[in-house]
Amino acid sequence: MSTVSETTHNGAVAVGALPAPSADDGLSPAQLAAKYGLSVSGARPGMVEYTRQLWGRRHFINEFAKARTSAQYTQARLGQLWQVMTPLLNAAVYYLIFGLLLGTSKGIDNFIAFLVTGIFIFTFTQSSVMAGVRAVAGNLGLIRALHFPRASMPIALTLVQLQQLVMSMFVLIAVVLMTGEVPQASWLLVFPALFTQWIFNTGLAMIVARLGSKMTDLTQLMPFILRTWMYVSGVMYSIAKMTESAPHFVRILLDINPVAVYIDLMRFALIDSVTSSQMPPHVWASAVGWALVVGVGGYIYFWKAEEQYGRG
Amino acid sequence: MAVAEQQTLVSTPPTGTSIPTVIVDDVHIVYTVHGAGTGKGSATAALYRLLSRKGAPNVRRVHAVRGVSFTSYRGEAIGIIGSNGSGKSTLLKAIAGLLPADRGKVYTDGQPSLLGVNAALMNDLTGATNVILGGLAMGMSQEEVRRRYKGIVEFSGINEKGDFISLPMRTYSSGMAARLRFSIAAAKNHDVLMIDEALATGDHAFQKRSEARIRELRAEAGTVFLVSHNNKSIRDTCDRVLWIEKGELLMDGPTEEVVSAYEDDEQQPKPPK
Repeated sequence: MSTVSETTHNGAVAVGALPAPSADDGLSPAQLAAKYGLSVSGARPGMVEYTRQLWGRRHFINEFAKARTSAQYTQARLGQLWQVMTPLLNAAVYYLIFGLLLGTSKGIDNFIAFLVTGIFIFTFTQSSVMAGVRAVAGNLGLIRALHFPRASMPIALTLVQLQQLVMSMFVLIAVVLMTGEVPQASWLLVFPALFTQWIFNTGLAMIVARLGSKMTDLTQLMPFILRTWMYVSGVMYSIAKMTESAPHFVRILLDINPVAVYIDLMRFALIDSVTSSQMPPHVWASAVGWALVVGVGGYIYFWKAEEQYGRG
Repeated sequence: MAVAEQQTLVSTPPTGTSIPTVIVDDVHIVYTVHGAGTGKGSATAALYRLLSRKGAPNVRRVHAVRGVSFTSYRGEAIGIIGSNGSGKSTLLKAIAGLLPADRGKVYTDGQPSLLGVNAALMNDLTGATNVILGGLAMGMSQEEVRRRYKGIVEFSGINEKGDFISLPMRTYSSGMAARLRFSIAAAKNHDVLMIDEALATGDHAFQKRSEARIRELRAEAGTVFLVSHNNKSIRDTCDRVLWIEKGELLMDGPTEEVVSAYEDDEQQPKPPK
C-alpha cells in the first residue's frame, strides 16, 4: 500500500506540470465549461432540435428497416418465404381451433376472412410492441458506439413490421378473394386504416421501448399482456354478437380498444357482409384519435429519457 | 449540428492555444448491479417481482470511480492505464454520457463516441450493410457514405483474404469485427473519440494504420482517449497519460513519466493484505 500513496503524491506534482492556459487558471470547471461552450455530457436536445436530428436520420431509419427485414430469415433455409408462410400458418392454426373445434364462428358470415383479417391486424400491433420492447435493449452496442436520435430504433423496427404486414396483406387479399368477396371501392379504405394503425403502433413501440430499457423483466411479461389483449379484441369472435346480452359499458369498453377499432375498420373495408351498421359509433374518429394521442404521446414520452438509453 | 461544428474545427489549425474538449469535475460513479448470481428468472417470477414492488434479489452497489478530475484539450491523445477493474472503462462510459455520474459533472464539446471491445454493431447483417448503416447513423448523407465506403473497407483490411465484407458480421473473428468497427467510427471526424481496447485485437499492420488515423484525428483538432494494456501502443500514440487505480486518479502527466511509474509499480511485489 505504501507505494500507492507515494505515487499519489507524485501525481499531484505531475498535474501541476501540465501546460495550462494562464487565462483560464482561476476558473472553476463549470466556469471553464461555460466559457468554451461545453455542455454536460449526454444532455438531451430540445424537442424541435431532436425532431430535426431525427429527420436528418431518415435514410438511416429506412436503410435499417430494409436491412432488418432482409436479415430476418437469413438463418432459415426457406428464407423470405417465411414472410408469407408465417401469417398463413397462423391463420390455419386459429381456424382449426376457433373455427372448427370451438365454433366461435356461429353467426358470422365468411368466418375465414373475418378471422384472418383479425389475426393479421392484431399481429401487426403485437409484433410492433414486441420489437419495441427490445428496441433499446437489443441494440445497445449500436446505441453506445454511435450517436443518433434513439427514436430511430423503435421507428425503424415498426417499419419492419409494416413491411411484414404488407406481405401479409397480399395473403389476406388472396384469402378474401377465395372466400368469394368481390373487389370494390371500399377496399381503398385499407390505406387510411393501415396508416392510422401504423402511427398508433409506432407510438406504442416508443412507449414500451422506454419501459423495456429500464425494466428488463418486461420482455418476459409482455407475451401475457399481449395474449390477454388479443382475447379481448374480438380477433376470433364478433364483439357485437358476444356482448348482445352484456351491460352497455362492457360493449363500450371493448369497442374503444384501439386494436378492435383497427380490426373493425379492416373488416369493414374488405368483407362485404360487415356493414357500417355493425360498426361501433365514431369508429374513424377513434382510429385517428388513438393514432394522434399514442403517436404524439409516445414520441414525447420516449424523448424525455433520451439521455438514459445507453445506460441499460 | 455536429457536422457544422466539425467543419469549423477543421478550418482552425490546432495551434498552441489550449481549448478544453472534456472537463471531468470530481466525478463519482456508483454501479447498481442487478441479479448478481441469479439468472433472469421465469416469467412468473418477473411478474411477482413487478407486482410486489420488491427490488430484484442481489442488488449490489459498486463504487467504481471515486472523485476523478481532469481537463483534456483539443489535439491531445490521452492514454488511460491501470490494472483490470480499476475503473478505466467506467470512466470512459461516463464521459460518453452513457453512465450517470453519482456526484460531480462531465462537460464535453459535442458528443463523444465510445468504441468498446463489445460494441457489436449489427451482427446478423453483412459487413457491407454495417458500413452503410454505421455511416448513416453517424449523420453522413447517402452520397457521403457511398463516397467513403471503399475507403472504410480498405482501411479495415477485411477484404484482404477474400470477399468477407459480404458475409454477416457474426461470422467474423473478434479481431476482424473490431477492425471493421474502428474503421466505421474513424471514418468521421470526431470531436472526442474514445477507444476502449478495441485495437488490441487487430494485427500489427492494422494497429499501425489505426495509430496513423488517431494522429490524423488529433491533427483535425479532435481529442482521442485510448484505454489499453499495451504500454507500447500507449507510448506510440499518446502524449498524456492518466493512471487510474481503484477508481482514483493516481497520476496525470506526460506519457513517459506516467507509464514508467506504472511499470515500476507493476514490477514491485504487492504487499500482503
